[in-house]
Amino acid sequence: MTIEPNRKDILLEMRDVRIDGFSDERWHKIIKGVDLTLRRGEIVGLIGESGAGKSTLGKAAMGYTQPGCKLVGGSILFDGIDLVKASDADKRKLWGTRIAYVAQSAAASFNPAHRLIDQTVEAATRRKIRPDAESRADAVELFRALQLPNPETIGGRYPHQVSGGQLQRVMTAMAMSPRPDLIIFDEPTTALDVTTQVEVLSAMRNIVEEFHTAAIYITHDLAVVAQMADFIKVLRFGEEVEEAPTRQMLTHPEKPYTKSLWSVRALEKPEVKGEDIVLSIDHVDAAYGPLKVLHDVTISIPRGRTVAVVGESGSGKSTTARVITGLLPPTAGAVSFNGKPLPAALKDRSKDQLQRIQMIYQRADTAMNPRQTVYEIIARPLEFYLGLKGKAQEARVIDLLKMIELDESFMDRLPSELSGGQKQRICIARALAANPDVIICDEVTSALDQIVQEGILKLLLRLQKEFNITYLFITHDIATVKAISDEIVVMYRGKVVEQGLKSEILAPPFPDYTQLLLSSVPEMDPDWLTNLLAARPA
Amino acid sequence: MSEQPQTYEAAAEVGAVRKRRTRLERTGLLLKSAPPSAWFGMIVVGLYILVALLADVIAPYGEAQIHPVPFAPWGGEFMFGTDQIGRDVLTRLIYGARNTMGIALATTLLSFLIGGGLGLVAAINRSWLDQLLSRFVDVLMAIPSLIFALMLLSIFGSTVTSLIVIIAILDSTRVFRLTRAVAVNVAVMDYVEAAKLRGEGLGWIMRREILPNILPPLVAEFGLRFCFVFLTIAALSFLGVGIQPPTADWGSMVRENASLIQFAKYDLTAAITPLLPAAAIALLTVAVNFIVDWFLHKTSGLRDDH
Repeated sequence: MTIEPNRKDILLEMRDVRIDGFSDERWHKIIKGVDLTLRRGEIVGLIGESGAGKSTLGKAAMGYTQPGCKLVGGSILFDGIDLVKASDADKRKLWGTRIAYVAQSAAASFNPAHRLIDQTVEAATRRKIRPDAESRADAVELFRALQLPNPETIGGRYPHQVSGGQLQRVMTAMAMSPRPDLIIFDEPTTALDVTTQVEVLSAMRNIVEEFHTAAIYITHDLAVVAQMADFIKVLRFGEEVEEAPTRQMLTHPEKPYTKSLWSVRALEKPEVKGEDIVLSIDHVDAAYGPLKVLHDVTISIPRGRTVAVVGESGSGKSTTARVITGLLPPTAGAVSFNGKPLPAALKDRSKDQLQRIQMIYQRADTAMNPRQTVYEIIARPLEFYLGLKGKAQEARVIDLLKMIELDESFMDRLPSELSGGQKQRICIARALAANPDVIICDEVTSALDQIVQEGILKLLLRLQKEFNITYLFITHDIATVKAISDEIVVMYRGKVVEQGLKSEILAPPFPDYTQLLLSSVPEMDPDWLTNLLAARPA
Repeated sequence: MSEQPQTYEAAAEVGAVRKRRTRLERTGLLLKSAPPSAWFGMIVVGLYILVALLADVIAPYGEAQIHPVPFAPWGGEFMFGTDQIGRDVLTRLIYGARNTMGIALATTLLSFLIGGGLGLVAAINRSWLDQLLSRFVDVLMAIPSLIFALMLLSIFGSTVTSLIVIIAILDSTRVFRLTRAVAVNVAVMDYVEAAKLRGEGLGWIMRREILPNILPPLVAEFGLRFCFVFLTIAALSFLGVGIQPPTADWGSMVRENASLIQFAKYDLTAAITPLLPAAAIALLTVAVNFIVDWFLHKTSGLRDDH
């Protein structure tokens, strides 16, 4: 622990903070007495799965609780100011000037009707920290420090005119503009690609160091927090599990829960070469209107194996899936299944062809009709494809629920009454219900916490072994690829860069893009980012 | 908190989910949470429905029965007096509830069937059909609806059927717009795509995947539309092309007795007579809107801060 007798430079001190939240017509404990001490210039990483209370705790550090939540106990001292007793007006004076908040979705946090520079300097100007012109000049310097392209002119753009990674950096500049003492980063890179994430992380780290700002960094990605934080606090069920300096935490976690978090990334499937090609995509071109998104894509998928398609967003991964499912007929080339060509358009395919290829989506909560129960969701493909009704249908639904490690008590639940991992399991059961040959998994684990991801990946592997299912696994996460794939296809800007067995692709020599992609995946080594940036040409 | 599980288990992720309630229990809970304004609305609407259903029993005279005294004063034999040709005003009011409300309900249902159905088709299809329907609706909406209705009624004649069909079609344009707008948002959801990939037909996607998810705004709109239809019928009747005599109807009752207002300085009750059916319309409109407001508040997810 970093507690020293010298208390002078303590910026934030939270003692025994308790927060209750209201849902289902009663109050629940969300935070059950957590302490947090933060010194000037220090960065603490808060990690835990969703629902662990990390965001709630992060916001409580500002003296803020969301609607539906209330602070029921404990003390929060920010630089000697008691935020529990402070009036709303007093807290508003602190917020945005001495304490800043960087949200997960920068796109949703900017006002689309105002220029970036105006929003960046708003807090500093309106609170009269310094004259407007000075703030603007300072913002340009911040843009430069954050390595934004054209720092002099980028502020003149509107939020929709810059990329997601750039927007996240502008938001950091906005938080930095009034020179706060404390910044709270709430999952700032979760929505970004790995290659963009690296740029944003290094920019954030540099600027926080430069201005000696204290920060609370909230994330569920351990590798990311390892790059940023001086010490790490692990939360679970609103309680602290463990707190330790980053290096010690990574090398010697004490509690079993922390160890289980750390071991998630160790999952790796031994690769097996497949012979019998079940699905092949031959020289496919595809376009959205005039915009050509796939160029001569050729992929062959062997039966009972997993082919992972990797690439950043916009590389054409999901478009390939849409071509296979028939949602987007290709402009050239063809898709063949079991050696026979598939009709290009969805409406020309037979029920049998549809049944053979199933799909699982990234966001399980939008992939299930919120007004249908779990039973209705799983039973529909049984009735539609296999004509199962009544008792036989019910027995099969229970069977399927057991396969995905749930039980019949889930049948009457609505999707809103399930957790993220359970939702994704129901989606898997729905796909399984059709007895498919091929399941297309579109980023199925990227919206989930690591520990839940591991559960889903293990389930998919087990199902593959039992039923000899073929997966086309679309992802941007290399750890997931290592865990599940036999073969890898690397895509970049609508083209296939590389294709082959996992061991071939993940071993040098790499083509340029594969190299960039692989090196951008954060590793659980606190020096990874530093070393990476040193190795990359500026 | 007791011992936490240290290993991961899928079924334990969301532990205690409250017991699923039966429909009856849920309705009971819902009614308990209703504010006084909604209760007022429900009671008034309930009374109106009761009056409409039991019109034959509670009305003192026949619907078109003519008494020898026109413009009889209030009290005595005729509680609210008689109209210009000697029909009992109270009886006409009671039968008016049945006719006006029945026609309004039929019209609203028909307009939702047309507008809602086509709106859903347009939202799912999104191709030339959507363009065709939407532009046609634009054209219809560009013509002032009351004048258009007047014109059509004078072409096709003022029968009850043509009244229902014409108002329903003109009103369905608004329903179409609303349905299409909310359904388009639902139609891009992954679960609709999943249903398409499964090979489901248009009917299934419309009824089972999209409709349940857009029902709240549609029900709210139904309440509002019902009021507007009601007012349109009353307005048309007032202009003489709506419900034709001797069928009792509140709109035409206002028109027929409107001249009584000028006798206010001699007999206040006589002046109130034409206002009675107007008040009946106003009360029902207010009551229905109270219920709709409550429903909107319930389903819009707006919650009072705790």
